[in-house]
Amino acid sequence: MNTFFQLFVSGLATGSIYALAAIGFTLLWQASQTINFAQGEFIMLPAFFVLAGTQFLGLSFPVAMAVAVVLSLLLLGLGFKRIIIDPLLPHGVLPIVIATIALGILMKEGVKQFYTAEALPFPALFSDRTLNVLGAAISVQDIAVLLIALGAVALLQLFLNGTKIGRCMQATAQNPNVAEILGVPVRRMILYTFLINAGLAFLASILISPIYLAKFSNGETLGLIAFIAAIVGGFNQIRGALAGGLLLGVIDNLSAAYVSAPYRSAVPLILLIIIILVRPQGLLGKAEGRTV
Amino acid sequence: MTKRALASIAIAVALSAGLPNISWADTIKIANVIELSGAGATVGSNWRDALKLAFEEINAAGGILGEQVEVTDYDTQTDPTTSRAMVQKAIDDGAYVIMGPIYSGSVKVNMMVAQQNGVPQLTGAEAPFITDMGNPYIFRTSFGAQQSMPKLVKYLTEEMKVKSVAVAWVNDDFGKGGRDSFVAELEKNGIAVNADVSSEVGQADFAADVIKLKSSNADAIFAYLHEEESARLLKEIRKQGVTQPIFGETTLMNQKVVDLAGEAVNGVRGHVGLSANAPIPGIEEFAKKFEAKYSYKPDHNAIKAYMGAYVVKYVTTKNGKVDRQAFADALHGLTITPADEPGILMETSWDDKGEVNRESFLVEVKDGKQTVVTTLPKL
Repeated sequence: MNTFFQLFVSGLATGSIYALAAIGFTLLWQASQTINFAQGEFIMLPAFFVLAGTQFLGLSFPVAMAVAVVLSLLLLGLGFKRIIIDPLLPHGVLPIVIATIALGILMKEGVKQFYTAEALPFPALFSDRTLNVLGAAISVQDIAVLLIALGAVALLQLFLNGTKIGRCMQATAQNPNVAEILGVPVRRMILYTFLINAGLAFLASILISPIYLAKFSNGETLGLIAFIAAIVGGFNQIRGALAGGLLLGVIDNLSAAYVSAPYRSAVPLILLIIIILVRPQGLLGKAEGRTV
Repeated sequence: MTKRALASIAIAVALSAGLPNISWADTIKIANVIELSGAGATVGSNWRDALKLAFEEINAAGGILGEQVEVTDYDTQTDPTTSRAMVQKAIDDGAYVIMGPIYSGSVKVNMMVAQQNGVPQLTGAEAPFITDMGNPYIFRTSFGAQQSMPKLVKYLTEEMKVKSVAVAWVNDDFGKGGRDSFVAELEKNGIAVNADVSSEVGQADFAADVIKLKSSNADAIFAYLHEEESARLLKEIRKQGVTQPIFGETTLMNQKVVDLAGEAVNGVRGHVGLSANAPIPGIEEFAKKFEAKYSYKPDHNAIKAYMGAYVVKYVTTKNGKVDRQAFADALHGLTITPADEPGILMETSWDDKGEVNRESFLVEVKDGKQTVVTTLPKL
């Protein structure tokens, strides 16, 4: 029972990071029908901004983090929207999918070529102590990661539901034409969505890198699992993406321990197939029709 | 066409057929087929930097037989198929000797290409099967796992009085070979294997693996993974507050693991074939030179490559000619001492299968530094 509890909590911690990335998928999809296949690399890159700040510019860790936040918002938020998405959006979803796949490869290879192909240590943000909870050893790091990720999601929900800008963003997501008629600055709302996605990617990056180490290839798995999590939970619902991320984190840990470690990576894909067959809109998603 | 013209063409054709040999008269080509990207980039970078350092020294001292050495890097991308293509390319480019790769899975498929072309290959791979395949052109630069595991198990039984072990290993040729050798040795000594946990190359999340190791209630944990995965495993072990002692073989105590895992490596013990902290004057001097040039501490792969370069120099000089077959013939059954060639760093012997034999070390990581506990004699 203790083992199960430990696996469960550890899975929730990892799953909460998947959830941050998955929420980014759903936000971009709702705001601009953008599927960002470079989402994994968006999580990989901010850790390297921080490391570059400390190694090459001699900045202290907190200052490097602040610089990395700004860079993430500018490059992964504003730059991504203006340079990649805006010109391609009128041409439909497929060119964006291809462009973001290409962008992901470019980011990955760029870090490998111009920074390093090796894994680098990333400073731990929390204590490596463990707490005894109901007889199970639960790490402080896992609890902190889980709380921060869930806190960020809660803040995001508060922002979307409790502020004027948030409601304008929701209106834009539901029907941009009507929102524009009602005076919502649609373009600015879409930009905010991209900035929020960049912020979530930064947060996921600094939470995952101390555990996984900073490496150019980190985005490969993260991006795929986050995408699956978004579909499993419901691509058009933030709470769906959250549930999908947490579910995948827990299932991954439990299947590695109780089913088969070598086949653990197949489990999310099996879950994806089942969801597509049984409930295509995802666990918490809403069925929606689109004109073709 | 006159007879003289025909004779000229015949001479030209005859000369061009022997072009690779002629090119050796200008420079000696060494192919460094190594992991410079992918999961093995860490170990490959150490190997490349040390090889470069060694051949720069050799060239500065007049080269080999008066000829300069030209080293070309070929990136295997830690992919066996790519490594095979790179070995073929290196041979097409006229390589005299192939250095690398380190990953056993790559060596398994590319050593046959080198063998078919009669090109000597000095590898950093440690899986037991490498020298059991009857290839007269393959030579190790470090111990095979079948040689190092008995030394470690002897330490576990006699010094640590361990009765049961939980084994964590990476599911590739390197890990499987090491795991099989280790478990066979445990069985010989009557030690129980309480958990047998495999992981994948590049695996990032070790939470479930560590919970299985921890809940096995074994007296000790043995980990045999590549450097990056070792670092992630150790961080997770510390995160989960595991109290069992951790043992490993070479990679687990590697400098790169220390750099990546930080304090999580402290207290880890095990056997290493080579260590930059070994109390051997040659190795101490090499480590200083390496760190001064590259601003990081060398690992055992760097020492392997450095020694390998000087093996090329010594054997070629001893033969008095740049000849692949003569090189392979001469290295079988050879012992090189630092008195013969200072660059060899430690007395090292090769048997008729290309297996290496030299002193080795039992180490413990203390305050982020490998500390040699005991020096073990040659087998």
